[in-house]
Amino acid sequence: MSDDVLRPMEEREAAAKLTGAWHEGEGILAWLSATGHKTTGRRFVLTSFGFFIAAGVLAVLMRLQLAVPENDLIGPDLYNQIFSVHGTAMMFLFAVPVMQGVAIYLVPLMVGAREIAFPRLAAFALWMLLFGGLLLFVSLLLDMGAEAGWFAYVPLSGPEYSPGKRSDVYAQTITFSEISAIAAAVCLITTILKMRAPGMSLNRMPLFVWASLVTAFMILFAMPSVMMASTFLIMDRLIGTHFFNPAEGGDPLLWQHLFWFFGHPEVYIIFIPALGMVSHIVEAFARRPVFGYVPMVLSLAATAFLGFGLWVHHMFASNVPQLGASFFTAASMMIAIPSGIQIFCWLATLWDGRLVIRTPLLFVFGFIFTFVIGGMTGVMLAAVPLDLQVHDTYFVVAHFHYVLIGGAVLPLFGALYYWIPKVTGRMLDERLGQLNFWLMAIGVNLTFFPMHQLGLEGMTRRVYTYPPEMGWDRLNLIATVGGVLVALSVLLFLFNLLRSLSVGRLAGPDPWGSPGLEWATSSPPPEFNFALPPVVTGRSPLWEAGEEWPVVTGLKLDQREVLITSVLDAEPDHRTEFPEPSIWPFLAAIAVGLTFIGSIFTPWAVVAGSVPVAITLIGWFWPKPGEE
Amino acid sequence: MRAGIFAAFVILVGAAVLLLVFGPITYVREAREFRPDPVAATAPPEIRMTDLQPGLPLPGPNPNTGGENPSWYERNAVALSEGQRLFSAMNCVGCHSHGGGGMGPPLMDDKWIYGSDIKNIYATIVEGRPNGMPSFRGKIPPEQVWQIAAYVRSMAGLTPKQASPSRPDHLQAKAPEASYPEQPPAGGLIPPSATAPQ
Amino acid sequence: MSAKPRAALAALALSLGGCEGPQNMLDSSGPQADTIEGLWWVMLTVTSAVWFLVVAAMLVAIWRRRVRAEALELSGEPKPHRRERSLGIAVAASVGLTVAILFAFTIYSFVLERRVFAAPPKDALEIQVTGHQWWWQVRYVHKDPSKIVETANEIHIPVGQKVTVRLSSPDVIHSFWVPNLHGKRDLIPGQEAIFWIEADRPGSYRGQCAEFCGWQHAHMSFWVHAEEPEAFQAWLEQQRRPAPEPPDDLTRRGRDIFVTGPCAMCHAISGTTASARFGPDLTHLASRTTIAAGTLPNTRGHLAAWIADPQSYKPGNRMPPTFLPPADMQALLAYLETLR
Repeated sequence: MSDDVLRPMEEREAAAKLTGAWHEGEGILAWLSATGHKTTGRRFVLTSFGFFIAAGVLAVLMRLQLAVPENDLIGPDLYNQIFSVHGTAMMFLFAVPVMQGVAIYLVPLMVGAREIAFPRLAAFALWMLLFGGLLLFVSLLLDMGAEAGWFAYVPLSGPEYSPGKRSDVYAQTITFSEISAIAAAVCLITTILKMRAPGMSLNRMPLFVWASLVTAFMILFAMPSVMMASTFLIMDRLIGTHFFNPAEGGDPLLWQHLFWFFGHPEVYIIFIPALGMVSHIVEAFARRPVFGYVPMVLSLAATAFLGFGLWVHHMFASNVPQLGASFFTAASMMIAIPSGIQIFCWLATLWDGRLVIRTPLLFVFGFIFTFVIGGMTGVMLAAVPLDLQVHDTYFVVAHFHYVLIGGAVLPLFGALYYWIPKVTGRMLDERLGQLNFWLMAIGVNLTFFPMHQLGLEGMTRRVYTYPPEMGWDRLNLIATVGGVLVALSVLLFLFNLLRSLSVGRLAGPDPWGSPGLEWATSSPPPEFNFALPPVVTGRSPLWEAGEEWPVVTGLKLDQREVLITSVLDAEPDHRTEFPEPSIWPFLAAIAVGLTFIGSIFTPWAVVAGSVPVAITLIGWFWPKPGEE
Repeated sequence: MRAGIFAAFVILVGAAVLLLVFGPITYVREAREFRPDPVAATAPPEIRMTDLQPGLPLPGPNPNTGGENPSWYERNAVALSEGQRLFSAMNCVGCHSHGGGGMGPPLMDDKWIYGSDIKNIYATIVEGRPNGMPSFRGKIPPEQVWQIAAYVRSMAGLTPKQASPSRPDHLQAKAPEASYPEQPPAGGLIPPSATAPQ
Repeated sequence: MSAKPRAALAALALSLGGCEGPQNMLDSSGPQADTIEGLWWVMLTVTSAVWFLVVAAMLVAIWRRRVRAEALELSGEPKPHRRERSLGIAVAASVGLTVAILFAFTIYSFVLERRVFAAPPKDALEIQVTGHQWWWQVRYVHKDPSKIVETANEIHIPVGQKVTVRLSSPDVIHSFWVPNLHGKRDLIPGQEAIFWIEADRPGSYRGQCAEFCGWQHAHMSFWVHAEEPEAFQAWLEQQRRPAPEPPDDLTRRGRDIFVTGPCAMCHAISGTTASARFGPDLTHLASRTTIAAGTLPNTRGHLAAWIADPQSYKPGNRMPPTFLPPADMQALLAYLETLR
């Protein structure tokens, strides 16, 4: 980079001092205390990827069970647990946190900050995610896995029809992961609004940062709804309240409203960050800024607002008044418009760019190919009459896997190929990457396309088997073959990743010639991100930078001092000192975790747990000696 | 990196320890046993204490059984929950109400005329008792009698709390079984129904 | 939608998979399913066209703007922006087209929705369907209580008449779905849902529970038999009669076993003392084509297997295994076969 050449001395001196201030230390204690956003972000992604693989194994088991009719490989009881844990893990433990993990890693780099806001809270979010996921999967091994689906409709998940502790485990897994998501969202919002590099006004923010901001706000509004629902559920089950008991004035539909008021925005919480990723990849490999920055940003915001207005389209088959249903039909149709705008803007960018076809861009092509199918079936599902036919059939299974795999997982893999060189400092193998792409793209379409037809032919969802005379066996077998291909492609990715760690080509700071600030520092970035924090003058800083590269000076180098800027125009506002790494977030997460897990078994756990929670929080917020 | 591998190792070991420690409890509590053992279910018939029985008299002897390990039923959440369902469906509530008693003695206190062991309760249901408790031999299959017997014990707080049923989805007749303190049977006053001439 | 493109599309879909079957929304046999199927073909055509255009645009862009392999080492030279204006027009036009299509879809959906869900006539035949874990209780209501018909897992309806269906559930949420006739409707505890169905040609249509309801959600199906009105009336009259007296000693013994044994604890047979409402009403069991909510065909062998060991066929269902000596079992089966 130009600044490497121009200011080697200055930079080297600054880096030496900064290393002293920002170093995280060695050893187990330091490892548990680490709060740096790159550490947290990396762990977030690895943790959620671990849950992705575990839930993927469950998916393969389901496909094996359904490969032939009346299969007795897996009985109904185990199958119900498997599909419930698969859904719960994929939605709560993989899709949301992996996107947040990428954001925790990248957003501070993209906005030119030294650290994420509230780094200890981000570390706490990580531990909550880990404990919640372990709860779910260890419970599955203990024959205590969630059994009423990821949506856990009452009364099936209620005290009478789900005896034992299985649905309590589900409810508390939700609580864990929502706390994690909300905590991470708070960190991201604050970082994005208050810690951007000087000059990075809102209208110069990278699109992934915009996407993360929008997503984080959606999380703040959507997640409390499901946390309340899961708390009602566990209260119904544990202490005999009647929130969902119609005989005592409760209502089973209350659960559905609370759940889907979160559940539909959830889809966009997963999908909007992926849109941000796609924009960055398209920009880098089309060698021009994304066409239509302003419509793109407005589309993201519009999606977020509309996303809260269509939850009832999951409930068209319940007793929704017709006029109400019409409103949600209109909203569900409308949300296709912002998605359409973004697709057209990317197509325009591709149309006008010089396309350097590499693995990340291939994944974007796969995204457009696959996601648009999911979007089209989504439009169909908005129409009440058609929805009532295909609702709760394999048509819907096909639809949302097209949307979530096509719309989020394919971009995510593209993003991993794109940004992993920044994280590890080494390139992934291009040929393995392309093979990875083709295996995954073909596997996904082979798995899920036949499911459209299965749904039209009457195959309902969440069935552990089906009669041979229904004629569903051939398409199911094809889907199973596709599922195995997807599993192979993920294994290939892991192989490629592990291989790159030792023999991968060194990446250098900016292997793709990308314009974003994250490429302005070394790969992997130092603990302080930038020796000299950049000042931004446009939307594509590295492409617009001339010989002179303005930087921020005047921050203390021997302390964790960062610059806080104004919300709209990112004008320097004041300096503040950031906290040291701390073991307290880890201890607080353990205390909160034990409280939640204990509350599965006795309400007294909430009382007993409040003591260690209070102690750890006091330790966490204890002022540093010498502070006023 | 090394610490990360260590952490993963700790997690795996921790999971294994949890499996070993809690597995024996949860595998009993959470099990869904759909198909009772046919051999146990065709054991030789036992005696009957009363001529009363619901419906019409049986045409002949009917197979009956004792289970190998009846205490399994009171530690299994599904068996208890099924017992709760059958307690209403088989019309036990007709006489015993929801444990509070009516024409029959209450079941939610700790006073037991014919013993509080699950085998005693099983025998009471299958054989019947003088003064009105009919014999359900040949009417309710042994598996379901064990479930009802286990549930009856849960009404007195004699089953593990973690497995006992919570509130059902009906009008609330009484506090959920799972909310009772676990208690040993203490005996006590004989209810009026048992003091009548036998 | 006119017949020709529809036939062409049907042929296309047939080449992909089946378009016919007893549980297939593309084999519509009633006015409502027909309307919805029409909507499906319209939406499929338009959305497919949009998808092809988007993918074609992408492929053309790839083909036109691809840079040779040697140029892969990125120069970092960004391309100067040009043609922004024409791109903007193209994007705006696409968005405008999208909005127009979506608007048309919305209006079309509203219109069809009102047609499909219009209230049924007040004097329509009314059927109460209650979903249980995991079977369907069916009741033909009548002002005269002696004419109420109770059956299970099989619904007979007259062709060409609107039939009101009242749905409720005493346990968990189920969903009533006969794809050849209409979309689905949830059965929610504590609420009653009312809708109507109509078949416009005779036939047997399979329905299935569409809301996850526990272990045997997969085996909770039922049949709707649409018959000519005369045949339907004859069936209804037949169902209104109590069970026939057993004709011989063997079947009499079978009836005794039924009413004194465990069967009568859950099942009812009108005309006998068995009157429990816990399991399906068996008064006219032999007139049904399937048992166990569409799981097994109603033959003597399957019935025997089901009575002896139901948990092998539907693990978790509410029917306990019944161990009867072989002679008793034969008598019971003989009796059950008389319940026409």
